[in-house]
Amino acid sequence: METTLTETLPQMIHEVRAAGVIIKAVIIMAVISAIAGFGTYIERKVLAFMQRRLGPMHVGPYGLLQIAADGIKLFTKEDIVPQNANKFIFMLAPVITAATAFIALSAVPVFPDFVVPEFVPVIGGVFVPSIASDINVGVLFVLGMMAAGLYGPLLAGMSQANKWGIIGSARTAIQFLSYEVVTGLSILAPIMLVGSLSFVDFNNAQSGGITSWLVWQQPVAFVLFLIAGFAETNRTPFDLLEHEAEVVSGYATEYSGLRWGMFFIGEYANMITVAIIASVVFLGGYDANCTLGWLFIILKIAFFFFLMLWVRASWPHVRPDQLMWLCWKVLMPIGVINILITAIVMMI
Amino acid sequence: MSLEHFKNRNIGTQHYATIDVGHAPVGAMQTFMQVVKRSLKGELFVGLWVTLREMINALFKGDMATVKYPFEKLPISPRYRAIHDMLRLLESGSYRCIGCGLCEKICISNCISMDTRYDENQRKEVSEYTINFGRCIFCGYCAEVCPELAIVHGPRYENASEQRAGFSLFEDMLTPIDTLNLQQEYDGFGAISPNADDTIKKTPLAY
Repeated sequence: METTLTETLPQMIHEVRAAGVIIKAVIIMAVISAIAGFGTYIERKVLAFMQRRLGPMHVGPYGLLQIAADGIKLFTKEDIVPQNANKFIFMLAPVITAATAFIALSAVPVFPDFVVPEFVPVIGGVFVPSIASDINVGVLFVLGMMAAGLYGPLLAGMSQANKWGIIGSARTAIQFLSYEVVTGLSILAPIMLVGSLSFVDFNNAQSGGITSWLVWQQPVAFVLFLIAGFAETNRTPFDLLEHEAEVVSGYATEYSGLRWGMFFIGEYANMITVAIIASVVFLGGYDANCTLGWLFIILKIAFFFFLMLWVRASWPHVRPDQLMWLCWKVLMPIGVINILITAIVMMI
Repeated sequence: MSLEHFKNRNIGTQHYATIDVGHAPVGAMQTFMQVVKRSLKGELFVGLWVTLREMINALFKGDMATVKYPFEKLPISPRYRAIHDMLRLLESGSYRCIGCGLCEKICISNCISMDTRYDENQRKEVSEYTINFGRCIFCGYCAEVCPELAIVHGPRYENASEQRAGFSLFEDMLTPIDTLNLQQEYDGFGAISPNADDTIKKTPLAY
C-alpha cells in the first residue's frame, strides 16, 4: 500500500489539467506584456548609457514610471484609420503580430513548474506546468509561429495606402524569405544532435553542466541562429522594416496609439522568445537538477536581450540587398556545410 | 611650411601625397574576400567594445554627458552676450553709470533710451534708463563702448517671454546694494569660460 502510494503520487502532482494551462497562459500574457513594457525602459536606458546619456529620469525614481506614462499615452491616443486604407486588414494586422508572438510563447518553457498554494480560492492546488503545451514539435511550432507573425507587418504595410508602408511590407517579404532559411538550417544541426524537436529534450540533453552545452559542439550554428534571430525580431543590423531614416516608419507609418503598441509588444515578445530559444537550445536552458536553474535561465535570457540592445547601440544597419546577399550567399552555404559536417561526424 | 604654400591655390603645382586607402573590390571573389576579412578581423567586436566602454565610463566613472538643464546649468562663457547688468562701484556702492549717453548713441537697434540730470553735487546721474529687450539684438556695442564698465552682459540668458516688448528699467539691471559683495566683475570679451579647465581636450589627432 505504501509503495503504490509513493509511486502514484508524482503522477498525480504532474498531471496537467486545463485549469493549469489556462493559468499558465494568463501568467505568460501578463508577465510578458509587462516585461515587454519594461523592455522599452531597459532599451532606452541601455542605449542612453552607451551614448553617455541618462535616459528617462524624471517620471518616478530613475524614470521607472515612464512605462506607465507611455502606456497611458498609448491607450488614450486617438485610433486613426487612414482614409483609403483597407479598414478590416488595417485593424487586424497588429493583432496578428501580437497574437502570434504570444502563441509562440505557449510552446517554450518560460517559468519553472509550480503548484498554486491551497489557500488560494477556486484554483488552489492546481499544477501549473513550465510549458503551456509541451508539444513534441516545439521548435518547429515556435519557429512557424514567429514566421507567421511576419504577416502582421506585411498586411499592415499593404493595407494602409501609404507608399512608405508599401516599401516596408516589401522589405518584410524579402527579409522573411532571406532569414527564415538560415533559421531553419542553423537550428537543424542541434536538432540532429539531440534527436528531438521538444524544448524539454533539448534542456535535458544539456543538463551535465557548462561543458555539455550545445554551443561548444555547434558554435557555427549558434552564430547563424543569432544572426537569423536578429533578422527575425527586426533588430538593428536588420531593422529594414521600419528604419526611420529611410522609410519614415515603414509598415508602422500610419499606426498610432494602441495598434502601434500591439506591434511594439509583439516585437518585444519576439525578442524574448528568440532569447529563450537561444538559451534553451544552445546555452543549456534551465538546469532542472540545480536549485538556481531558474536564475541561470533568466540571466541567459537577460544576456541575449542585452546583446540585442548592445548591438543596436554599436552597429549600423545593412541595406536590403546586403541582407539578401548575406543570407543567401554567405549564411545559407555555411549552414548547409555545417549540417553536412555534423551529419558526417555523427555517422562516424 | 610657409604662408606662400597655403596661399598657392593653383591645382597641380603643389606636391600632394595621396593616402593609401586601398581600392574597392572588383568582382564577386574580391567582395567575398573583403567580407571574410572584415568578419574575421574582429572589427565588429571593436565596435561592441567601444559602446560597452562608454557605458562603463558613464555609469561607474562619472563620465556622463547629460546636464539636467533646468536643475543644473553649465557656467556660461564671458563672451556670451546675455541680458545686461548694471554694475556698482565696489568701494562706495554708488552706481558706475555717469550718464554719458554713449550706449544710447551707439545702440544700432535704438532700444536704449535714457534721461539724465544733475544731482545736488552737480554730478550727472540717470533719471530714466530703459532697454527694450524686444528690440535688442544683443550686439554688445553698449557694453563695449561704456567707458566706466557700468553696463555689461550678465549671465541671465533665459529670456523667453509671452510678449514681444519687454522693458527693463535701470533698477532691474542694477546690482542690489545688499548683494554688492557678490557682484562679479566682467572678465572681458576675450576671457575664457570659468569651466574651461574641465572641458578642454587634446586635439584628437591619433585615431
